[in-house]
Amino acid sequence: MSRIEKAVFELNSIEDLSRQNRWVNRLHPSVKLLLTLLLAVLAVSFDKYNLPGLLGLFVYPLFVFIAGGLRFKDALRRLWIVLPLVVVTGITNPFFDRQVQFYIGNFAVTGGMVSMATLIVKGILCVLGAYILIATTPIEGICRSLRAFRVPKTIVTVILLIYRYVTVLLQEADRVTNAYLLRAPSEKGIGIRAWGPLAGGLLLRSMDRAQVLYESMQLRGFDGEFPEGLHALFYEGRDNRRLSIIYFAVWAVILVLLRIVPVAGIVGSVFGI
Amino acid sequence: MHMADALVSPAVAGTMAVLSGAAAVYSVKKLREEDDPKRIPVMGVMGAFVFAAQMINFTIPGTGSSGHICGGFLISALAGPYAGFLTMIGVLLIQCLFFADGGLLALGCNVWNMAFYGCFIGALLVWKPFMRKGATKARIMAASIIGCIVTLQLGAFSVTVETLLSGITELPFGVFLAAMQPIHLAIGLVEGIITGAVLVFVQDARPELLWGVEDEGREGRFTLKKTLVILAAAAAVIGGAVSLIASALPDGLEWAIGRVAGVEELEAAGSVYESASSIQEKLSFLPDYAFKGSESAAGTTVSGIVGAALVLALCVCLCYILRLFMNRRTNEQN
Repeated sequence: MSRIEKAVFELNSIEDLSRQNRWVNRLHPSVKLLLTLLLAVLAVSFDKYNLPGLLGLFVYPLFVFIAGGLRFKDALRRLWIVLPLVVVTGITNPFFDRQVQFYIGNFAVTGGMVSMATLIVKGILCVLGAYILIATTPIEGICRSLRAFRVPKTIVTVILLIYRYVTVLLQEADRVTNAYLLRAPSEKGIGIRAWGPLAGGLLLRSMDRAQVLYESMQLRGFDGEFPEGLHALFYEGRDNRRLSIIYFAVWAVILVLLRIVPVAGIVGSVFGI
Repeated sequence: MHMADALVSPAVAGTMAVLSGAAAVYSVKKLREEDDPKRIPVMGVMGAFVFAAQMINFTIPGTGSSGHICGGFLISALAGPYAGFLTMIGVLLIQCLFFADGGLLALGCNVWNMAFYGCFIGALLVWKPFMRKGATKARIMAASIIGCIVTLQLGAFSVTVETLLSGITELPFGVFLAAMQPIHLAIGLVEGIITGAVLVFVQDARPELLWGVEDEGREGRFTLKKTLVILAAAAAVIGGAVSLIASALPDGLEWAIGRVAGVEELEAAGSVYESASSIQEKLSFLPDYAFKGSESAAGTTVSGIVGAALVLALCVCLCYILRLFMNRRTNEQN
């Protein structure tokens, strides 16, 4: 499978997941968006040596994974994109911060090792947070939340349009690339002489497509921006408002408590560790 | 260059979100003034195009590796900086949500590092001045290469500063910067060539699609003189502000020496060292980037500004030499 095909597959599989009819999917999108942001803020606010405290925050993603019927394998694939960058940034920490924090047997664990591990765990937690949001909420729901948070209509409309056309243009880019590679089987990518015409051709066809799209939208009464209630149409009757409020309140309190109270330390001391 | 959430602190993420948000609100206002309903679908499809085009691998001859287009700059050269900026926000949001490329919390940083520089600096300070006298293949290619290099360098610099201010890495500022800037110089060069190739093709096929291209001889709003003044002011501000940070943090090598030897600078002895040192003292009017005998922040700031001015002066001299050379070649051809 080519890189572009993988991207199309990823988009489609996430869209299918987000449109499932589970109770987590029916929660108000703003609630899930706010909890994801809260999770990320709390995760990155932990001290660089506070690895045990950070691990406590995994309860929220784990809960949504189980309640939403999501597969860990799908989420782990996304980690491969983020982790290399995070590891590269933190890989020097063990060399610069050599103060011994504790011993495991005879092995001295330094501050740099702990801070690097904390950084990686933070990265994993934030990726899982974004994944559980998008795997349980369709893009229209996220756009509706963005409007509720007063994000300008222009930006929200552009996001919706980009999302709608990404799959179409990815497939077109894949066809163009395949056609080229079939004629140049020994090449791994697009050769220098075809850089301009290949991508430029795709660009011009995209512009023409935008023109057709504009004309068809105009025929349906489009005057520059979508009407205010359009995003709500996708969601009519889907939200469970009362459950959403309770869900947000409970999880916000749990996450903040996990940030403030050293739960891992308390549990460890109970077992005499 | 997409920053993950783990690489930023809440304070840095919040600050960058506010800055990027302000730029977005300003762009929305400017677009409304233009009042072109056709622009929205064009922005949507262009955003999807940038997304798709970034997935195409362009083989770099002789290296075996590949590069892709410089999205922010390309889109601004076609749709203008305001539409380009808003489109790039959409692209970055979808990349972060669907492909884990960048984080939701770090979105403000990523928008600033990639969209702001690519669209505003790239389009207004590089693309438009180059297109003032009309679009030619050479001007398009030069604007694309310079634009991509400059915007990627600024983006890479911002990533370094944001990571440093977030207290994420133990790596000293100087070492981190030395690792980030050269690699992005190479990436910028390749992306600039690919972006230039696409824009040259567009100019051949549909020149009316290019943004900001003035007719030959018509005076544009951003003349070369104005551009140089803005760049000089920006360099002075950046030089001044950054040198304050630099003064507080030891250089990577100094830091490493400090760890090993317990002193920031190693003592050296011998006649050769003494002679070299006296020559350096006579020549250097800003030793260790500060006034002689001054430990103050003001001294360091002035050093930064003077340094920026010297770099700019060198660039201007090089440009004049290049222009003289080009004029001579043109005269010879005629």
